Amino acid sequence: MKTMFFTEAIDDALGQAMAADPRVIVFGEDVPLLRRNLLVRFGPERVRATPISESAFVGAGVAAAMAGLRPVVELYMVDFASVAMDALLNHAAKVESFSGGQWQAPLVVRAPCGGGYGDGGQHEQSLWGWLAHIPGLVVLVPSTPADAGGLMLAALEWDGPVVFLEHKLLSESWLEFMGSGGRTTVRYDVPAAGARGPVPREWQPVPLGEAALRKEGSDVAFVSVGVGVHRCLEAAQALEGEGITAAVLDLRTVSPLDRATFCELVARTGRLVVVDEDYERFGLSGELSAVALEAGLSFSYARVCTETTIPYARHLEDQTLPGTERIVAAARQLL
Amino acid sequence: MAPDLWSLYALMKMSRLFEETVTQLWQEGLISGEMHLGTGEEAIVAGVLDHVQEGDALALDHRATPALLMRGVDPVLILRELLGHEEGLCRGQGGHMHLFSHEHLAASSGIVGASGPAAAGFALAGQYLRPRAIAVAFFGEGAMNQGMLLEALNLAAVWRLPVLFVCKDDNWSITSDSSQLTGGNLCQRVEGLGVPYTVVDGTDVAAVWEAAGESIERIRDGHGPSFLHASCVHLEAHFLGYQLVRAARKPLQEVPRIARPLLKSFFRPGGASLRMRRQGLQEVLSALLTTHRDPRRSTANDPLIRARRALVSEPQRLRELEEDVEREIAAILSAVVEEGSG
Repeated sequence: MKTMFFTEAIDDALGQAMAADPRVIVFGEDVPLLRRNLLVRFGPERVRATPISESAFVGAGVAAAMAGLRPVVELYMVDFASVAMDALLNHAAKVESFSGGQWQAPLVVRAPCGGGYGDGGQHEQSLWGWLAHIPGLVVLVPSTPADAGGLMLAALEWDGPVVFLEHKLLSESWLEFMGSGGRTTVRYDVPAAGARGPVPREWQPVPLGEAALRKEGSDVAFVSVGVGVHRCLEAAQALEGEGITAAVLDLRTVSPLDRATFCELVARTGRLVVVDEDYERFGLSGELSAVALEAGLSFSYARVCTETTIPYARHLEDQTLPGTERIVAAARQLL
Repeated sequence: MAPDLWSLYALMKMSRLFEETVTQLWQEGLISGEMHLGTGEEAIVAGVLDHVQEGDALALDHRATPALLMRGVDPVLILRELLGHEEGLCRGQGGHMHLFSHEHLAASSGIVGASGPAAAGFALAGQYLRPRAIAVAFFGEGAMNQGMLLEALNLAAVWRLPVLFVCKDDNWSITSDSSQLTGGNLCQRVEGLGVPYTVVDGTDVAAVWEAAGESIERIRDGHGPSFLHASCVHLEAHFLGYQLVRAARKPLQEVPRIARPLLKSFFRPGGASLRMRRQGLQEVLSALLTTHRDPRRSTANDPLIRARRALVSEPQRLRELEEDVEREIAAILSAVVEEGSG
């Protein structure tokens, strides 16, 4: 079985798409350094550096996509999407609707997200709920190398704007870049199965809006994305010693949501714990409860999310981000 | 008026030794995430900060530590903050990119260019509340391609806001060569927005002090904003542990880790023509070589070595000054580290 690291898998799938389709180009801050392996294979015309001008280069990505390219636009961190928010909120997400369905902007905005390594509240946010709130944006949050590569391919095949979020704690190269570089003295709680794993010989797209059941269970349903999925699996394992079996559902795509699979699981277990590294209020956790209620389901509910600005200090950060102990406690509360 | 080179050197030396201590703590893993130092830009910060008074405000970037130290923020509080103590400057909540001191009207941000609008707002409040007060914005030349900073320059010009915009130009936008990403000339750019500018060698503290002094006097007198363009080199490049700096320092260890996947990808079927691939490879090699030949490796560009040269004629006084600063930093470190272990 072929295995890859998380970011290696994304770049490999991206390389496959670039080899097949000359319309796919990559640009963003420091891209010639970060994607140097793609640069030496596809040349500087297709792998380009941008100035630190997010509003300009994301906005240009939207219109370049409208005019026939398939750009992959990289942001240094999803936190910096705030600087380019107009391009995403008022343009990328609106083209198809404003044109009466006659014009689309097939760009992929790729950005690292998430915390757990000590960069503080302006550099460790998740923000997928904030982005998925906007009609017209597809938002992807893979949790394994295989899904990361497959979803990148699906993102490139999608005819509208996609935000592809790459959790830094899973990414070998972002972690090296953001803090571990040259040191052996720091430890991060990296989920091994998410950081490196089996990948297909040839990449196939992972369908958008299709959740994956990572673990079967009948007493309670854990639902999450990204690193949260791995925290749920750890929590489920801890609960097994108590005779409690928890199912773990990896949504993989925040928008569109796989309502059918999600509702079926909630109906079956009757207990839902949403684990969301993004902010608690007005986000994915509330949305999932609404989806289940709209489906007429009766269930008990708890959520483990990030409730405040993420603190810089590592011990405070660990208490703030959804951790295994909090997930276990939330599950016990429902049983 | 002439600068007091002794006091400027003392400020710079304190900042340098403090950040060398931070480097050590980072290497030991006591600081977890990224670390952006101001080593190499001390002359710019000292030369400007020496003119800053009570009531003036500071809008800082992701390298805020030198400015806060030189402004008089308690170094013990800063060090505790960097180590994530709950009794740090920001109670362990902010960290090195998000340092705040309400008392000193000093706020930093890790968003490139954000110090521009922040300084404009501080200056606006100053116009109402603190006559003759100014605001200083520190940022790099990479931020000069960020819309919010250019908009803030224009806003400051049309509202005649008392802002000194200080551009610390090291020609690196994060890890990319700024000259290849920046159209035209930065000083002409700000002039086009109606903001007068001064160009200075940012490794020469006396020159910075004089240029900043003239600009700040004009700003305090109500003549609107000014732009100070000061060149420098960052001794640790963008941040600690930057891979290409490591490759330049330890090529045998680091270069193979970069080269192996690179060559594999270069020869991989599917993709561009050999000519385009060579151009791509050329770009990577040139980034490596540029870092290897980086001016930051030359002591001529170290503002401390340069400032010290003017003081060696009084060796006794210089030695005492340096020993005082060393003792001060050692005391800060032992106070904070003992707390941590206790």
